[in-house]
Formats: sequence, structure tokens, C-alpha cells
Amino acid sequence: MSWAFLRDLLSGVNKYSTGIGRIWVAVVFMFRLLVYVAAAENIWKQEHDEFECNINQPGCENVCFDHFFPVSHIRLWALQLIMVSTPSLLVVFHVAYRENREKHHKQKLYKNPGKIDGGLLCTYLISLILKTGLEIVFLVLFYKLYNGFKIPRLVKCDIKPCPSTVDCYISKPTEKMIFLYFLVATSCLCIVLNLSELSYLIFKYSIKCYLKRHVKKRQ
Amino acid sequence: MDWGALHTILGGVNKHSTSIGKIWLTVLFIFRIMILVVAAERVWGDEQDDFVCNTLQPGCRNVCYDHFFPISHIRLWALQMIFVSTPALLVAMHVAYRRHEKKRQFRKGDQKCEFKDIEEIRKQRFRIEGSLWWTYTSSIFFRLIFEAVFMYAFYFMYDGFRMPRLMKCNAWPCPNTVDCFVSRPTEKTVFTIFMIAVSSICILLNVAELCYLLTKFFLRRSKKAGNSKQQPNHEDKEETKQNEMNELISDSCQNTVIGFSS
Repeated sequence: MSWAFLRDLLSGVNKYSTGIGRIWVAVVFMFRLLVYVAAAENIWKQEHDEFECNINQPGCENVCFDHFFPVSHIRLWALQLIMVSTPSLLVVFHVAYRENREKHHKQKLYKNPGKIDGGLLCTYLISLILKTGLEIVFLVLFYKLYNGFKIPRLVKCDIKPCPSTVDCYISKPTEKMIFLYFLVATSCLCIVLNLSELSYLIFKYSIKCYLKRHVKKRQ
Repeated sequence: MDWGALHTILGGVNKHSTSIGKIWLTVLFIFRIMILVVAAERVWGDEQDDFVCNTLQPGCRNVCYDHFFPISHIRLWALQMIFVSTPALLVAMHVAYRRHEKKRQFRKGDQKCEFKDIEEIRKQRFRIEGSLWWTYTSSIFFRLIFEAVFMYAFYFMYDGFRMPRLMKCNAWPCPNTVDCFVSRPTEKTVFTIFMIAVSSICILLNVAELCYLLTKFFLRRSKKAGNSKQQPNHEDKEETKQNEMNELISDSCQNTVIGFSS
């Protein structure tokens, strides 16, 4: 069980996506998943070992690290990737449900079970809204947990058992900040892609509906 | 999910590339990605652990390391390779789009559609001409730009391509100017120079491919201009000959290009 599982899952979703949806999948693969696995993971690998406080008091470093990093950036990043990819499964399940129905009734109920219309359109729109919502939630979480997207070189800590205010130094703050900004940029790009896909689908199908009604009226 | 997945994705694009493009892809995977994964990552593996400063002041080492290495070589190379591989996806998407359009034509029962079944559409080879030529050329252009930008970023950030043995650091909380020693500087310099050399080779290959495509484009244009003056029969004969010849140039995309074959 690894990221390859997510990759295979998303490739399945790609079949039932629009053009913009496929661009979204490409962005998630190349600029988020691949960057995470190939580069970002290693930066945070030894963050606790390399977190150093200017004190010999046992326990002080542990307590300060826990205070400043309740959840590590990299774990939040991984959660975000998983959560943001999951709503697409709704579409896959709906198509599978359609195909099962056809098998059960042993007749062709749908012109093309994978075509985005009717109930599948609603499912697709819901998955887009969920994806966008989750992206925004995680960005806000990052912002609130770490007071912005900056990572300071030095943090001052005065929690027990630290005897007084102690200087603690974070390892590789600049590199972590660069990748954090990269994460924010790709999240925003994905939000923009989701919103444009949403508007494109709503626009397309409302025009279709309008034209159908117009033709009916004429007849 | 790793570089292997990238290899599968780009392998599909390879079928639609020119011969120079195929050489570029081989160089990218063997001399850059493989070297990065198999060798370079080990060399830089212990970079912060073995970065030693001549002081006991806690925090001085962290701060000096961060000052001299805002972003590690290894991460910069990984990003460079991801960015440089991405334009190839534009070509894959364009090919998938064309295939999708042909399938739609076929399903509508269009008389103009010359294919007998869907399998033939899947196996069809696309010539690099028309809009596909523009997509392909812009992808090479973007590749060049990304390569150049990353090489410049490297040079700018590390003041050249040499890794020094000793760095002098006086960032707070270091008490005064402190000597800091980098681990394995010679090995790192060797790998840096190697990666820069291979990047330059890739840039040259991209420039050569660009020139080749431009030459082909202008030759085709001048042939068409010449042909339009002659009788139309000749044009048909020449086009069918070119059709046969160019079918041999590009291969079909039967390989699983993940997510880009509908």
C-alpha cells in the first residue's frame, strides 16, 4: 500500500473526466505527488533530530518541538493529497453502479455509462465541490497552525521543563519554506482548475437544457 | 509513485517524438534520473548530519547550514527534472484529443472518416504537422527555458559549480566568525559538474530538435508552394507518397500512457 495505489486509482478516474479534469490529474501527479515523493519527503525526514535548543535540560527539546509542530507539515501535505484525490472515487462508483444496473437488467439502459449526464453529472459536480472545499480547508489549516506560510529559523520556547525562555533552532527553514510555497501554489492552481471545470460543466448543460426547451416550444 | 511512473507516462509520448526526441528521453532517464536516484542521493544523504562547525554553540550549525544551502542540490535537480519532463505531456494530451475527435467522428458515422473500426483509430500514427507541430515545438521551447532557468538558478545560488571544503559563517547565534566544513566536497563537485554537463547536452539536443523541426516546416512549405503551381494530380501522388513515408516515422501509442488514452 503506497502512493502507487493512489496513482492507479486516479488513472481510473481519468477515463470519466473532462479535458480540464485530465489536466487536474496531470497537475496532481507531476507537481504534487511526484514532488512530494521525490523531493519534499526527505527534507522533513529528520526534522526532530535536527531541531536543536540552546539548553541541556532533558525533555525541553521534545516539549518545544511538540508545541511548535503539533502536526508536521509533511504529514498534513500527505493528508491533503489523499483527501483531495478521494472525491473523484464518487464518479467511479457511480459509473460502476450504472454498469451493474445494466448487467442486472440484462439490457442497455444507458447510451454510454461513462458519459457525464443526468445523475452522473450531479455526482461529478459534487465531487468537484468537495475537492475544492477540501483544498481550501487544508490551506486554511496550514495557515492557522503555523501562523502563515513562513518557517522561522529561530523560535523562543518557555514551556516546562525548560527553565526559562530558550532559543530553539529549526533545521532547513529556507528549503522547507520554498516547498511550502510550492505546495500552496499548486493547491491554488488545482482550486482554479476545479472552479473552471465546475463553471464549464454548469454552462454547457444549462445551454443544452435551454436549447432542448427552445426546440420543444417550437414543436 | 516514483520516477518509474514518470517513465511510464513519458514512454507513451516517446512514440510520437522525432529521433532526436527519443535520444533526449534516453539521456534524461539514464544519465540524469538514474544517476540522481542511484548515486547522487547517497552522496547528499548525510549532508546536514556531517556538516560540522567549529563551535559548540547550539543552533549555530543549523543556521549556517540554512544560510549556505537554501535549497539542496538534490532537491533542485529533482524539481528540474520534473519541470523539464512536463512539457512532453502537452504532446500526449494533444494526441489523445485528436484520437478522441476521430473516435467521435467515427461514432457519428461520418462518411469522411476513413477508418473501418475503433481499433484502427487507436493504432493510428500521427504525423508531426499542423497543430501537433505547434504543440510539439512549444513543448521543446518550454523544455529549453526550464533547463536554462534551473542552470542559472544553480549558478546564482551556489556562486558557480564548485563545492568548497570550508565556509566561514557569522550568522547569529554563532558567537563570531566560525569555520564550517562541508561533507564530501570533492564527490559533490564531481557530481555537480556531471549533472551540469548532461544538462548542457540535453539543451543541445533540444536546440538541434528545434532546428530540425523548423527546417522540415520550411521545406514542406516551399514544396507546397512549388506544387500549387503544378497540376493537382501531381499533388495527390506526392501526398500519398509522403503519407506512406511518414507513417513509418511516428509509432502508435499502444503503450499505456497513464490517463492520456481515452
